[in-house]
Amino acid sequence: MEVPILKQGPYLIASIQSALSDADLVQLRDALVEQVGRLRSRGVIVDVTALDVMDSFATRTLRDITFMIRLRGAETVIVGIQPDVAFTMVQLGLKLEGVPTALDLEEGIAFLSKKDNGANKEAAPRGR
Amino acid sequence: MQTRKLLLADGENDPVDAHAQPDRFTANGRDRVLEEIAVQIHCDTDIVAARQKGRVLAASLGFSSSELTLIATAISELARNIVLYAKQGEIVLRLYERGEQRGVMVRARDRGPGIPDVRRALQGGFSTSRSLGLGLPGVRRLMDEFEIESRVGHGTTVTARKWRR
Repeated sequence: MEVPILKQGPYLIASIQSALSDADLVQLRDALVEQVGRLRSRGVIVDVTALDVMDSFATRTLRDITFMIRLRGAETVIVGIQPDVAFTMVQLGLKLEGVPTALDLEEGIAFLSKKDNGANKEAAPRGR
Repeated sequence: MQTRKLLLADGENDPVDAHAQPDRFTANGRDRVLEEIAVQIHCDTDIVAARQKGRVLAASLGFSSSELTLIATAISELARNIVLYAKQGEIVLRLYERGEQRGVMVRARDRGPGIPDVRRALQGGFSTSRSLGLGLPGVRRLMDEFEIESRVGHGTTVTARKWRR
């Protein structure tokens, strides 16, 4: 099951619709890392609302996506981790350290635009 | 080579009882099997199938949604170990009754290479392949009872149980 990736202005939104196999997750990773360059995106949102299980492989792959995309110069945010999934991840000791998360798509977009604005301000020439 | 068996809960050793038929007692004489299904594991899509079947089966016993997520995740980890290390095997999912209590048993069985050092494999952080090393210790944390039997060159059987509260 391929995950649709939508372009929304400067951002890419990967909206997971159903349970994913390991191969699907790897395919998503590679597609995002490629498209973030081709479409010159500044941020990526991975919506995992539909995932009822996030095991060690899924967690690791989401972390890989975040770090690979950061190396490509863009920011990633994972949105929509469900309460039961969060509970299980904590029980398993899966932390997603260094990976930004937000409640839902709206919060994810807000997070990215805040990051983006901050970066623009820093890059802007300072007055003398 | 001796079979290494480690019992990690107060559960009774459950001799491998091939496939117990529903409504019969298992080899330990205490568990009455209510329902049982086996899922063959050959590739990564079987991992998804196994955890989905486990969730549906456990739901019929009335587990809470967070318990169902724990169970489905444990099945996912065990099934992935089969694909990664043994290439193929099976997951047996069983609902059973022991006295007044009911629960779900997940048994992952393969004829893979076996685990040379079971104790070490159960310590956090240890892994022989590219994983977080959280597979088995993680499953042990998610479930109420956990037991593993592994023989190098012959295979591994992991049995985990969760009681309905």
